[in-house]
Amino acid sequence: MSGRARLLYFVRLHRCGLAVTLFAAGLLLTPLLLTNPYHLGLTNQVALFALVVLGLNLFVGFAGQISLGHAAFFGLGAYGSAIATVRYGLPAWPALLLVAALVALVALLLGLVVLRLEGHYLAMATLGFNLVLHSVLLEWDSLTGGPSGFYGIAPLQLGSFVFDSEARLHYLLWSLCLLALLLSLNLVRSGVGRGLAALAGDPVAAAALGVAVGPAKIRVFVLSAVYAAVGGSLFAHSYGFISPDSFDIFASTDLVIMVVIGGMGSLWGSLLGAAFISLLPEWIDLFETWKDFVHGGLLVLILLFLPQGLVRGLSETLRRRTALKQRQQVSGHAAS
Amino acid sequence: MLHLEQVSKQFDGLPALTQVSFAVPAGQLTAIIGPNGAGKSTLINAICGQLRPDSGAIRFAGRNMAGQPPQLRPHLGIQRTFQNLRLFPQLSLVDNVLTGLTCEAGRSLLMALLRPPYLRHRERQLRLRALAALDRFGLTDKADWPAGVLAYGDKKRLELARATVSNPRLLLLDEPVAGLNAVESAAVADQLRQLRRAGQTLVLVEHDMALVMDLADQVVVLDSGRCIACGPPAAIRRNPLVLEAYLGNLEATA
Repeated sequence: MSGRARLLYFVRLHRCGLAVTLFAAGLLLTPLLLTNPYHLGLTNQVALFALVVLGLNLFVGFAGQISLGHAAFFGLGAYGSAIATVRYGLPAWPALLLVAALVALVALLLGLVVLRLEGHYLAMATLGFNLVLHSVLLEWDSLTGGPSGFYGIAPLQLGSFVFDSEARLHYLLWSLCLLALLLSLNLVRSGVGRGLAALAGDPVAAAALGVAVGPAKIRVFVLSAVYAAVGGSLFAHSYGFISPDSFDIFASTDLVIMVVIGGMGSLWGSLLGAAFISLLPEWIDLFETWKDFVHGGLLVLILLFLPQGLVRGLSETLRRRTALKQRQQVSGHAAS
Repeated sequence: MLHLEQVSKQFDGLPALTQVSFAVPAGQLTAIIGPNGAGKSTLINAICGQLRPDSGAIRFAGRNMAGQPPQLRPHLGIQRTFQNLRLFPQLSLVDNVLTGLTCEAGRSLLMALLRPPYLRHRERQLRLRALAALDRFGLTDKADWPAGVLAYGDKKRLELARATVSNPRLLLLDEPVAGLNAVESAAVADQLRQLRRAGQTLVLVEHDMALVMDLADQVVVLDSGRCIACGPPAAIRRNPLVLEAYLGNLEATA
């Protein structure tokens, strides 16, 4: 093998790790280039949503299910951390883990019931769960602060290092987002991940190959809820203030739109989808005022023209084209 | 190896299977035949766990698996193919074959997330086995293609590769040559013969009489949900009950 071929082989073999390394290096340098705290605040917001969308993509994109209630888990994480640290004075990091564990339990109990459903029925059930939770957050004033929101959540800290500036938050949030990305990339390249892809494609075949379809769905649902809960806890500590409206059903549909735009089953697409929807209102004011119309319109356009999303759709089209071209060449040779 | 004992199944009071009993000997090819509506599909669905028989036992290696869920089968060493192909069109060929190794890939979600070195090593081993299986069926050069773009004959071979990659103790084939032309089905017959020679225990549900009579060590004939004959092909060919089931009652029409 020549040097060049060896290099190409190395790149191909380690393409996943190399991509993550490059991405991490880019993030490490971002605060040096992006000195405006407002801009850093925006990318921090992207990191928070990306964390949630990565988890949701495992459930929606890979396992082929649907949830219109993930903002509820996001909200449970945020309010859980807020209540645990402010009302009960628990230290922030243990509270985050405790809340994640409790949300996992909630997701498990919910999943045992609603994951017997499929398609539209599953969408309705998860939507209902979100509506209920939103009402509870609004009405239970004494615990949640009601419609006016929950104030005074302290920023996270490690020892005496307080994550109170956008630059400091940048490193915290993107580190955790990268960790989530790595874990998800590991998962989808494992037997468990292939099992999820199999049950999304054809549950009957998946079962015949040894995938326990029911439990597999519940496990990935719980995992995605934990991602959302951790995202929520970080959200609460990053902004110091939360209100129920961040966790209503429209927040849930926005999360699904992020998954779809980035691409069902494309983890890198999740990052892109989260960035796209978070940053859209910053580019054009119109998008802020007509947000719901724009998001709805985008969803329709993507589903019509690139049903697999931006990243996956484009790369898949390319892959299919090459495969078909090779096939033609092969049959061309056979004919001649 | 596989024993069916008095297996019965009714749909809304209509008997689909009535007290079907037969045994599948290890290392042989058993073919299940019968006219349309004889209960072949019901029988294979009962063996694969897609439906629960009303009564009777389906024993594999001494264990009654009647009514147990389908995902148990591959863990016991039973793999199957489907009449109308159930591949995963978005996944690459090699990933499709890898799903045939689900039982060996590890089930722990935590380990899958952390991907420790032992799992990395195992993934590499499984991938090599999947590539070897693709090679056996002449699909190596297409390993990275999405399965959806394959021609029909290649898809059939891919499903065979997926079903055999784990070296199952028992392989169930539901109409493996349905929809293939003469050349392609001769190729599949060849592959089945090779598997048979390698000592693979096979159960074959098939319409194609010539193929069955050519390949089978033992033929089980179903008619109206009953097992009307069971024996080597030569005996089946002369069995008056079988002739009657396939051709109608000759004496009555004469």
